[in-house]
Amino acid sequence: MRISAPAIKVPEPTVAIDSTKPCIVTRNLTAYFGNTAAVKNVSASFPQRAVTAIIGPSGCGKSTLLRCLNRMHETIPGARVDGSVEILGTAIYGEGTNPIAVRRHVGMVFQRPTPFPTMSVRANVAAGLRIAKKDFEKSGSTDEIVEEALQRAGLWTEVKDRLDESAVALSGGQQQRLCIARALATRPRVILLDEPTASLDPLSTQKVEELVYELRQTVSVVIVTHNMQQAARISDMTAFLLAGELVEFDSTRGLFTAPRDPRTESYVTGRFG
Amino acid sequence: MRTIRSRHVVSGGMIGLTYLAAILATLPLVLILVHLLAKGASSLSLDFFTRMPKPVGEAGGGMANAIVGTLLLIGIASLIGLPVGIGAGLYLAEKRTTPLAYTVRFLSDVLNGLPSIVIGIFAWEFLVRPIGHFSALAGGVALGAMMIPLVTRTTEEMLLTVPTSLKEAALALGYPKWRTSIAVVLRTALAGIATGALVAVARIAGETAPLLFTAFGNQFWSTAVREPIAALPLQIFAYAISPYDEWHRLAWAGALVLITLVLVISIAARLVTRSRFGAAVD
Repeated sequence: MRISAPAIKVPEPTVAIDSTKPCIVTRNLTAYFGNTAAVKNVSASFPQRAVTAIIGPSGCGKSTLLRCLNRMHETIPGARVDGSVEILGTAIYGEGTNPIAVRRHVGMVFQRPTPFPTMSVRANVAAGLRIAKKDFEKSGSTDEIVEEALQRAGLWTEVKDRLDESAVALSGGQQQRLCIARALATRPRVILLDEPTASLDPLSTQKVEELVYELRQTVSVVIVTHNMQQAARISDMTAFLLAGELVEFDSTRGLFTAPRDPRTESYVTGRFG
Repeated sequence: MRTIRSRHVVSGGMIGLTYLAAILATLPLVLILVHLLAKGASSLSLDFFTRMPKPVGEAGGGMANAIVGTLLLIGIASLIGLPVGIGAGLYLAEKRTTPLAYTVRFLSDVLNGLPSIVIGIFAWEFLVRPIGHFSALAGGVALGAMMIPLVTRTTEEMLLTVPTSLKEAALALGYPKWRTSIAVVLRTALAGIATGALVAVARIAGETAPLLFTAFGNQFWSTAVREPIAALPLQIFAYAISPYDEWHRLAWAGALVLITLVLVISIAARLVTRSRFGAAVD
């Protein structure tokens, strides 16, 4: 008999996760701002073609952990990373690995929509292609790739007649899906979402969530969210982070319905955070 | 205790005073424009723009050489002031906290506050005296030196209005840092930088002091950069202190043309800010 009923409903798992083929593997990952470690000793395997959510209270290092996965952390002055991260077998912090190449293969979307204001809708989606022309010469015309990316982001029907308008003319929710399309255009195997719905209204949030749910069929998604219901709705795996430490990492269903760590339990039942 | 009524009276009075101050702030420009129109418009004709100055005693003539001279001087000044100013502004925005950035920022503020006649003396010392004669080049350099701090600081400020999130978005797409600076940061701030450049041009277009012993003025047609050249402000000055009524009329007309030029550039600067694709700068 359960003593406390779970506060959050978790849907039945829809995909079988093959844990033998992880997409991202971190080992003893520690991320510093100056001398302070914001992420401490995180070792975890993120599955392929699945959505992994990172949850935890504000300031627990969720975003920092995410930003270590495409080497964005080190763009902040004084920030550095210890430990290793492998993405599909490549050590991204390995010697001779170019952070720019890493970022081209790992898409990222931020908390607030960040369309480039001087570019049209089309140019925004094509921005990542233009920077790495050689890699995309064989994969079709820019227009085709732009259309495909917008289709995948569920934005095509809304913007197909507005491709040459300024990207900032779109609504906030559309701008965010445009940013997802921009990240998808370079066909990354991994996409990182840093609280992508934090600045959106409920309807736009729902659209982005549905989109993330669809994306798992083709890419591996890691999403940071401080909305536990959202994590429960859209993720297959959930990592709970507290004060920079990985407290628990399990299937979303497992973590929300039968947490092993008492700290996880009190967080997911809403006792703190 | 004060009543609500007395508070309303005081509030109304204060608002009235701010209205008055706002009107007084624009009054000089309105008065100048009205006065110039009244005095100068009657002397303005096609001749003024296309004819050369006539000798004393002959009626008519224009300031074609001074108008062309002023445009040439603005051109030379912009060739120096814009690249140096925008480049320095980029540096200040990218390397905000280096000792060099602090020094450059401080010195550019000092240069901005320097009396323009001092800049003229500097140009005379380094470009007129060694060469041996006045030249359009020396005048353009003096005006360019005045533009540099203006352009530097507006460029820096405009670049800083570009949100960090945009830079991060570009970096996350795999843009190298230098391309992020050019394709995203500079491009987003471009409208603001263009506005700053136009404001700087408007500011130097009417400068007289730096030209007194550099460009010097010229009664004849000249577009040679190594020779003395006529300029509207210099011509206005020379005509205004002359004893001839005919020249006084032309000086008024010249002043009207000059202020119109400055006004047009300022309005253009406004339009550039507003009409650009991106609204991020507003």
